Amino acid sequence: MFGAASARRDSAGADRVEASESGTPPEAVAATPASPSERGAKTIEVRGVNLFYGDFHAVEDVDIRIEPNKVTALIGSSGCGKTTFLRALNRMHELTPGARVEGEITLDGEDMYGPGVDPVRVRRLVGMVFQSPNPFPTMSIYENVAAGLSLNTRRMKKADKDAVVERSLRGAHLWEEVKDRLDKPGSGLSGGQQQRLCIARAIAVEPEVLLMDEPCSALDPVATLAIEDLIAELKSRYTIAIVTHNMQQAARASDVTAFFNLEQSGDPGRLVEVGATETIFTKPTQKATEDYVSGRFG
Amino acid sequence: MAPPERQPPPAPLASAEIGGGVLPGWATYAAIGGAALVAAAVLLATGSFTVALLLVFTVPLACAAIYAWSRAVEGPRRAKDRVMTLAIASAFGLAMIPLISLLYEVIKRGLPGISLEFFTEDARGQIGGGGAAHAIVGTLVITGVAVAISVPIGIMTAIYMTEYGAGKKLRRALTFFVDVMTGIPSIVAGLFAYALFELFFGPGIRLGVMGSVALSVLMIPIVIRSAEEVLKIVPNHLREAAYALGTPKWKTIVKIVLPTAFAGLVTGVMIATARIIGETAPLLITTGVIDTINSNPLDGRMQNLAVYAFSEYRSPGVMKQASYDRAWAAALTLIAIVMILNIVARLVYRRYKTEIR
Repeated sequence: MFGAASARRDSAGADRVEASESGTPPEAVAATPASPSERGAKTIEVRGVNLFYGDFHAVEDVDIRIEPNKVTALIGSSGCGKTTFLRALNRMHELTPGARVEGEITLDGEDMYGPGVDPVRVRRLVGMVFQSPNPFPTMSIYENVAAGLSLNTRRMKKADKDAVVERSLRGAHLWEEVKDRLDKPGSGLSGGQQQRLCIARAIAVEPEVLLMDEPCSALDPVATLAIEDLIAELKSRYTIAIVTHNMQQAARASDVTAFFNLEQSGDPGRLVEVGATETIFTKPTQKATEDYVSGRFG
Repeated sequence: MAPPERQPPPAPLASAEIGGGVLPGWATYAAIGGAALVAAAVLLATGSFTVALLLVFTVPLACAAIYAWSRAVEGPRRAKDRVMTLAIASAFGLAMIPLISLLYEVIKRGLPGISLEFFTEDARGQIGGGGAAHAIVGTLVITGVAVAISVPIGIMTAIYMTEYGAGKKLRRALTFFVDVMTGIPSIVAGLFAYALFELFFGPGIRLGVMGSVALSVLMIPIVIRSAEEVLKIVPNHLREAAYALGTPKWKTIVKIVLPTAFAGLVTGVMIATARIIGETAPLLITTGVIDTINSNPLDGRMQNLAVYAFSEYRSPGVMKQASYDRAWAAALTLIAIVMILNIVARLVYRRYKTEIR
């Protein structure tokens, strides 16, 4: 299922000369329209990926397949590279100065890091929700949700935009709470509402994949539950990967769980085990996984 | 079911460092008053009484008095607190003295020169009369053009430094040269502008825009510095949020970073403007001195309030007092303009500031 060792590449596009191995011309990524009709079937496949910050080797040799219409949870102790790995999946990792990616990450067979692939285009297909809610402070609730549309592209008719905003806010279970104050600043909402606003903002651009980096770590249990319900609903339309520190959350909300670990501080993080969530939490094959999920360490 | 009678607890909170007693609310004022009386008595007795000396002796005396009193009643920690409070308040008062006396003096001497004529007339062919309209127009035009030159250059440089230049040599070089430029004496900026225009127009050239160029040399580093600071505090997670939506970098800067920093940018520009609007030396050699209204910066000499005040004082003409009055009135007008700029900056800041977490 997982590819063997593949050619290592530098993430900096200019240095890359090798052709994409997938056989698809890399321009195909740029040409793929993000139309809602053909959505929901994008698979991310990761082969032999190593991640670096300058000289620091952060994540070592990860092979994983992130399936469509399923929630994949990435668990593991702090500093083991879960977030770094997640950020490599939509080319956010390379925004950190000195950060590099080696190995191959494909989105439905198309190499994300292929030559000529525009990272901006990748991020349009692979959306992200961050650890702490970060609505744009200069914008109203409405503008926040519409931000992806108005920042990106085409002029839209007001009515179309209204429709997208309403659909996204309903999709994020926020519509009923904010429909009367769409023109108020997004920063006036509570933490949980802000996080749902960020999810609405992310799904308004109709991505294929949704990455979530500890989306509930700043929220209380009630707001967390609301987000988890939302995730369960969103997976029918998106491929979802979620980083979490909360093992109950991984057990509740995910279909597949991947356990990351590092031997000791300073070593690169590794993917220890990946499998169906039930298996990982009941009959893991690795000792480290069992220790971690049973709470014996980490 | 009443709880058992409890022993009154010992009072650990009131013991030790805090003496337990509390001085009355008027204690500090009493100490200052007493110190002032003692100082006045001593100075009068020695026959060397002046207000300045009275202040100089009162502050340390009051500090000593309040320390001794508070230490005896409240303990050493509160005593130190009282002394520091008094010392800091005195330092603030000391810093305010020059400012207040300057404002007082300028208003006192400037008001007699203020009249309708001062704002509407220029000084052409006037003997002992006339106004400063040409200088006011000149100040606004020269400064306006300087701002128009400096703001785009300054803000774009700051954008390069914060958004694109991380870790690059060019950015470090820029930081260094901006620091150096901040320290350029204003007369050097004037000579630079003069030398530059002399290359093209020959010796003796005087233009309003030359003054603007000289002022830009002074203003650009201030704008860069303030804009850089403001852009730096725009949190990175906002940029990342925009990137994650598939927004190109330039659009993230234009639509997210700049609007978030808007209030701070405007404030920085206003402060830089206030800083250059009163420059005299560079304008003396670039825009020259003239008596008529000239609102075209590309055509001939231009007057300016600071230079106007300077020349009214240096060559007062027949009616000396009227000239001196006008010089002070020009100074007062300049201060008023700066004050208005600062107030506008504050209003803009209050209206547009974004809560940044």
